[in-house]
Amino acid sequence: MEAETIKNTQKSSQQTERISGSEAIIKCLLAEGVDILYGYPGGAIMPVYDELYKYQDKIHHVLTRHEQGATHSAQGYARISGKVGVCIATSGPGATNLITGIADAQIDSTPMVCITGQVASHLLGSDAFQETDIVGISTPVTKWNCQITKASEIPEVFAKAFYIAKSGRPGPVLIDITKDAQFEEFDFKYKKCNGIRSYIPVPKLNNASVEAAATLINEAKKPMIVWGQGVSLGEAEAEFKAVVEKAGIPSAWTILGAGAIPTSHPLNIGMVGMHGNYAPNVLTNECDVLIAIGMRFDDRVTGNLATYAKQAKIIHFEIDPAEVDKNVKTDVAVLGDAKESLAALLPLLQEKTYPEWHQKFKDLYATEFEKVIKNDLHPTKEGLTMGEVLKEINSQTKGDAAIVSDVGQHQMIACRYANFNKTRSNITSGGLGTMGFGLPAAIGAKMAAPEREVISISGDGGYQMTIQELGTIFQQKAGVKIVVLNNEFLGMVRQWQQLFFDKRYASTEMVNPDFVAIAKGYSIDAQKVTKREELKEAVAKMINTDGPYFLEVCVEKEDNVFPMVPSGASVSDIRLE
Amino acid sequence: MEAEKNLYTVSVYTENNIGLLNRISAIFQRRHINIESLNTSASEIEGVSKFTIVVEITEDQMKKIIGQIEKQVEVIKAYFHKDEDTIYQESCLFKIKSDLLFDERQIQNIIKESNARIVTVNKDFFVLEKSGRREEVELLHRELSVFGILQFTRSGRIAVTKDAMEISKMLLAFNN
Repeated sequence: MEAETIKNTQKSSQQTERISGSEAIIKCLLAEGVDILYGYPGGAIMPVYDELYKYQDKIHHVLTRHEQGATHSAQGYARISGKVGVCIATSGPGATNLITGIADAQIDSTPMVCITGQVASHLLGSDAFQETDIVGISTPVTKWNCQITKASEIPEVFAKAFYIAKSGRPGPVLIDITKDAQFEEFDFKYKKCNGIRSYIPVPKLNNASVEAAATLINEAKKPMIVWGQGVSLGEAEAEFKAVVEKAGIPSAWTILGAGAIPTSHPLNIGMVGMHGNYAPNVLTNECDVLIAIGMRFDDRVTGNLATYAKQAKIIHFEIDPAEVDKNVKTDVAVLGDAKESLAALLPLLQEKTYPEWHQKFKDLYATEFEKVIKNDLHPTKEGLTMGEVLKEINSQTKGDAAIVSDVGQHQMIACRYANFNKTRSNITSGGLGTMGFGLPAAIGAKMAAPEREVISISGDGGYQMTIQELGTIFQQKAGVKIVVLNNEFLGMVRQWQQLFFDKRYASTEMVNPDFVAIAKGYSIDAQKVTKREELKEAVAKMINTDGPYFLEVCVEKEDNVFPMVPSGASVSDIRLE
Repeated sequence: MEAEKNLYTVSVYTENNIGLLNRISAIFQRRHINIESLNTSASEIEGVSKFTIVVEITEDQMKKIIGQIEKQVEVIKAYFHKDEDTIYQESCLFKIKSDLLFDERQIQNIIKESNARIVTVNKDFFVLEKSGRREEVELLHRELSVFGILQFTRSGRIAVTKDAMEISKMLLAFNN
């Protein structure tokens, strides 16, 4: 007897119908509200593509130029919308090309369902053409994965996949389907999944821990909040803002937390971490209570753990029990969904302000402004800075744009200086640091939120890792604004070489092609800026263009990103120069 | 100062699914931890499998790994115990030439004293089974190896705990 392991509270409304496995896959996707998917066809997934052809009025397939692009587009789609991103590929190389995006989605908790074709079940393990053990390969980088060899398994596996990808701490799921299962006919009936007996997506909130947290917060003299992506993943922005404002606590964000409250909010004291702001890094080692909300104490945030906030009591609001005490020992852990936990916390908090403590952040900001920000945003030297490009974009988009960055110096500058008025506006590869993420992620973001201005900001290195996705932009007429900050270097690696390897610039100098010509080759209107006086007008032209636009800005070649917590140093030993 | 390592018995209750073994072993592999022994079997609950894994690591590592194991969708619950909190056994088989049973009188004494059991005897060889703790199995192995062992195999540790696991209660809560 098969044990009943999943819960389908929703009764199936439809009659069963006899259809092929591939048609069933489309019907599953439609039942889950999928209207767009990113992918690349090939032998083992052709039956599904044949059905996509028949259902093209209901479900839009975006042909990317590489399967990696499909994953990043699905990620961009998911990150801006909160919905599950879907991508599809064939077996073998098609499937292995998904791995980087899957690993990225896993470490950044992005809900994604990946569908791969597989050789026919009788060929499994025979080293058949384009056979690869994608379930084995993807196991360590997926929240869940499963191979389907019979069409009858499709509805339940798809229902579980979407449920698992989206619920609790989200993540990527991979479904591998043999070609014979795609052809096989069976009686189709779909029921959504509402629970799996071995899986607790959200731990039950413990009121005693909320009360303990409230007591610590109310008694604090110098409290500080560090929030992460958990706030926006939990759709807890309103509850979070209410907590911050009532408790009056200076609040800093991790790179993926950006925008959950606006950049301009008076209690928003900036970014923590390696290239974060001076004040929140330094004062991490001075606060008496550190309240971590939906973040995971990544090493790029904490620096040396042995000297991280040792003087402070630590409160950790977290949905994933495995994150508690993983890197930083907590005094009070509040397990649960951010929305529910913060709503429970709010009435227990006293209304407070900490003017003297808050002033310390402002004073250190002034130091950072003098030493770093002034030179980044208001440079007096001849060469353009990355920071002034961000300043110009802020000013012309009024902080309403979604900024999709790649990985490297420009990413840190974008995260530091972009103004975010709205949540889910900073789309970037945080945990994995995947160069090449930006351009395809921007495509997905723009398609999920066509009403929003989506600006892809890349360096000249990362841009060329997925530059082929210009073809997708061209074919889809996706209105992505592409900015390349070109310093003719792999800038972040060069910076480390300068600081820690005696300026031995091993393989970091780039000889670049004519980027404008390449964009124009895809019929994308394009411009290159080399002088400060051209910048404002060029950004205006980009913003005012209907449809995609490419803007290359040639920036100072050897600028560095500061402040910087050197690898292995304490956050309070952050360098300003 | 390096933290003290202990021998832990990890008990993992799971759904019976293809690939879960890979998923669980990968958690150890990723952290460069050697698995001393691993056994999978049915559990006391129909349809629920049980992994019994023995590792030698620090308590801090153990707690974090339990968190990572429980995080897997198809894992119902994971526990870790020290030796004193479990009743545990290993089992082993020896294949030995039958002649020795008659030529070497000492072997019969060893079998009797060790509480080993003869599973089968034919004219060429006999098979001896012994269950017990590692030290007992190893002692028997040392004593018999003097005479020559044709084949030897030892199982992973299996264990039950002194305290209750309450998996059934957990599953019942889901069904309601």
